[in-house]
Amino acid sequence: MTRKSRRLAIISAAGVTLTIAIGLILFALRDSIVFFYGPSELAAKAPPPGTRLRIGGLVKRGSLTHEGSSTVIFAVTDLKRDVEVSYTGLLPDLFREGQGVVAEGTVEGPSRFHADTVLAKHDERYMPKEVADKLKQEGTWRNERSARAQ
Amino acid sequence: MIIETGHYALSLALAVALLQSILPLWGTRTGDTALTSIAVPAAITQFLLLGYAFAALTYAHVASDFSLVTVAENSLTTKPLIYKIAGVWGNHEGSMLLWVLILAAFGAAVAIFERAMANELRANTLAVQGWISLAFLSFILFTSDPFLRRFPAPFEGLDLNPLLQDPGLAIHPPLLYVGYVGSSIVFSFAVAALISGRLDAAWARYVRPWILIAWIFLTLGIAMGSYWAYYTLGWGGFWFWDPVENASLMPWLAGTALLHSAAVMEKREALKIWTLFLAILTFSLSLLGTFLVRSGVLTSVHSFASDPARGVFILVILTVFIGGPLALYAWRAPSLSERSVFAPVSRESALAVNNLLLTTCCVTVLTGTLYPLALEALSGDKISVGAPFFNLTLGPLVAPIVLLMPLGQSIAWKRGDLLGAAQRVTVAALGGLVISIVLVAVIRGGSVFAAAGLGLAVYLIVGSFTDVASRIWARGQGGRVMLARAIGLPRSAWGGAIAHAGLGLTLMGLAATGWGVERIATVKLGQRIDLGPYQATIENFQSRQGPNYTELVGHTVISKGGAYVTAVEPAKRSFPTRQTTVTEAGIVTLSFGQIYISLGDRHADGSVDARLFWKPLVTSIWIGAVIMAFGGIVSLSDRRLRIGFARRAARLRVADSPAAPEPAE
Repeated sequence: MTRKSRRLAIISAAGVTLTIAIGLILFALRDSIVFFYGPSELAAKAPPPGTRLRIGGLVKRGSLTHEGSSTVIFAVTDLKRDVEVSYTGLLPDLFREGQGVVAEGTVEGPSRFHADTVLAKHDERYMPKEVADKLKQEGTWRNERSARAQ
Repeated sequence: MIIETGHYALSLALAVALLQSILPLWGTRTGDTALTSIAVPAAITQFLLLGYAFAALTYAHVASDFSLVTVAENSLTTKPLIYKIAGVWGNHEGSMLLWVLILAAFGAAVAIFERAMANELRANTLAVQGWISLAFLSFILFTSDPFLRRFPAPFEGLDLNPLLQDPGLAIHPPLLYVGYVGSSIVFSFAVAALISGRLDAAWARYVRPWILIAWIFLTLGIAMGSYWAYYTLGWGGFWFWDPVENASLMPWLAGTALLHSAAVMEKREALKIWTLFLAILTFSLSLLGTFLVRSGVLTSVHSFASDPARGVFILVILTVFIGGPLALYAWRAPSLSERSVFAPVSRESALAVNNLLLTTCCVTVLTGTLYPLALEALSGDKISVGAPFFNLTLGPLVAPIVLLMPLGQSIAWKRGDLLGAAQRVTVAALGGLVISIVLVAVIRGGSVFAAAGLGLAVYLIVGSFTDVASRIWARGQGGRVMLARAIGLPRSAWGGAIAHAGLGLTLMGLAATGWGVERIATVKLGQRIDLGPYQATIENFQSRQGPNYTELVGHTVISKGGAYVTAVEPAKRSFPTRQTTVTEAGIVTLSFGQIYISLGDRHADGSVDARLFWKPLVTSIWIGAVIMAFGGIVSLSDRRLRIGFARRAARLRVADSPAAPEPAE
């Protein structure tokens, strides 16, 4: 092979690999990413049942009920609207009523959601960024850390 | 008093970094050797000053001096000593101090061990290292001062985040930082070469051991972090495709590519410009990782506290240190001579393919990590990119890498023989295929992907030693001859084989997750739960008192067919100071697999929610990583890769020219 054809071979190999990779990335970005909504957004955008989503907000006080052996139902709220979330499995250590939570799962209706993963965070230092942003947006953000450090 | 002197030493280190970053460069420009020779003592002095500052901060933590804000917010009088020491870097300020300390340590190591390196190259390298120091020391002093005092001092601290109170904190961050920051010295070598405009095989020889050191530590650091997350978080997962994890994976991918391309450069003087690019890229990705973790762009246990000023500061550092060298590269690289003619079937071609695939992997991970941030900034939409994305995009890239690894090892330099190489790996390929077929047809249970993955892993492990074996094996020769040959093989050949086999082991552990058993259930005391070949029974609960926590321990017996095997004690720990509860998973290793039990809430009737796993071969994920690092160490012990070898070789070459032919690798 001449120098030129070798260079061409290298460049085309690189081109093919990158094209395949980009194709895969685009395909995967369309099909395997998950959007994040708050309860109000969920109500406004009303995605069809079966859509995979992450929803986040606060666990509404007094809303946690156990159903059967290890299924729980609780409401996620942004203090305007609530979503009823059902979940089978172990709740994380930091899951509390009145604290931030992110649930991933599928939509069952405009205000019903079935979660297969629940993430909870304790204070704003470890609160999911999505929830903190949402709360700041809603104007219900309070800085627990500075309150505690006094 | 000690605190004040530590603070003073930190400020002094900034001044020394300023000298180190300007004077040697000025010296090499003007040919003033007095200025050039400042680089070495400056690098050593800087290391000593930062070492003192770090020791002072450690003293404050150990002595529980709560007048320091960082100590007050992260320590407690009753905290065990190991966490008082590890707690020094368990917060933003202290971890940045550790970062610059390691940076200075690498500078000092080059100053001390690379004595006979071309003076100009060493001076320029240390000057570039000085720039990085300067940037990060200013960052520490202006936005995250670890020696900040608060009056009046509180009587008691707020304790360290319970999730971090783990032996992992003593090991994981230092390992990872040595890996991250180790790539800085390679970056400095690259920028120094761009500044002087000279780049030859000797450069690659100087740089290779440093690349290897950084790579070894990064490998261990990532593996340690993964294991820590696995046993602390209580979900039984070991990799979450969290942006912070990706931030460490990207420099690893780029560094692995760099390791291989530097070999080509040293042997054949090809891929020079590409190697320079990778050296810059690897450190840029390390910096990006630091930015993602430290700026508060992302929230996780790693981002200790977010402060917009810090984010902007690191963003500026990031722009300067990625943009600047890349501009320099664009300007200078075309003038560097490149002799990149190589045959399509040769070791160097195989390594070029390796580089192509690894960098593509890196780009993919980068896209998956930054896309959500970019999308949020542009459209406000929030998305999460997780395992499905990465499995789909990385799977098709990793499979060919693994298939080509043993093949590439069997191809000779300059002009190889593809058919011959393919013949040599037949045994390995057959082994892998048989395992896959047996798993799918006979044992069943797992998915086809898992079976294929396990087959691929066996192929890789056997194939890794094919080349070594074929060089040792001699028909009709006795064991002694073969042993002598085995010992006579270059250590780098052994190192490569071992590291590749380590990856095979990791792959095996990943594939074996397909046969795992997961139970999430409400368990009554005394109830027997089936977990693969074992059964678990939670027998009773006990309360215990720890130094700064109380715990509720579930005594669990593991049995097999009615016979007692062992016992595990999963627990829930409550830390009163922070009012948090942490789940301590009960884990027991049984022939490379693990039983993993983590407890949830207890119910009024005495039953408890629990998550129970049987994870076959799971330990081989981390054992594989340790073996990869061990392969790196074996390579490092190769006499041609030892630090300072280039100097001795140069002396020898002068002594007995014509130069001896290079030993074949």
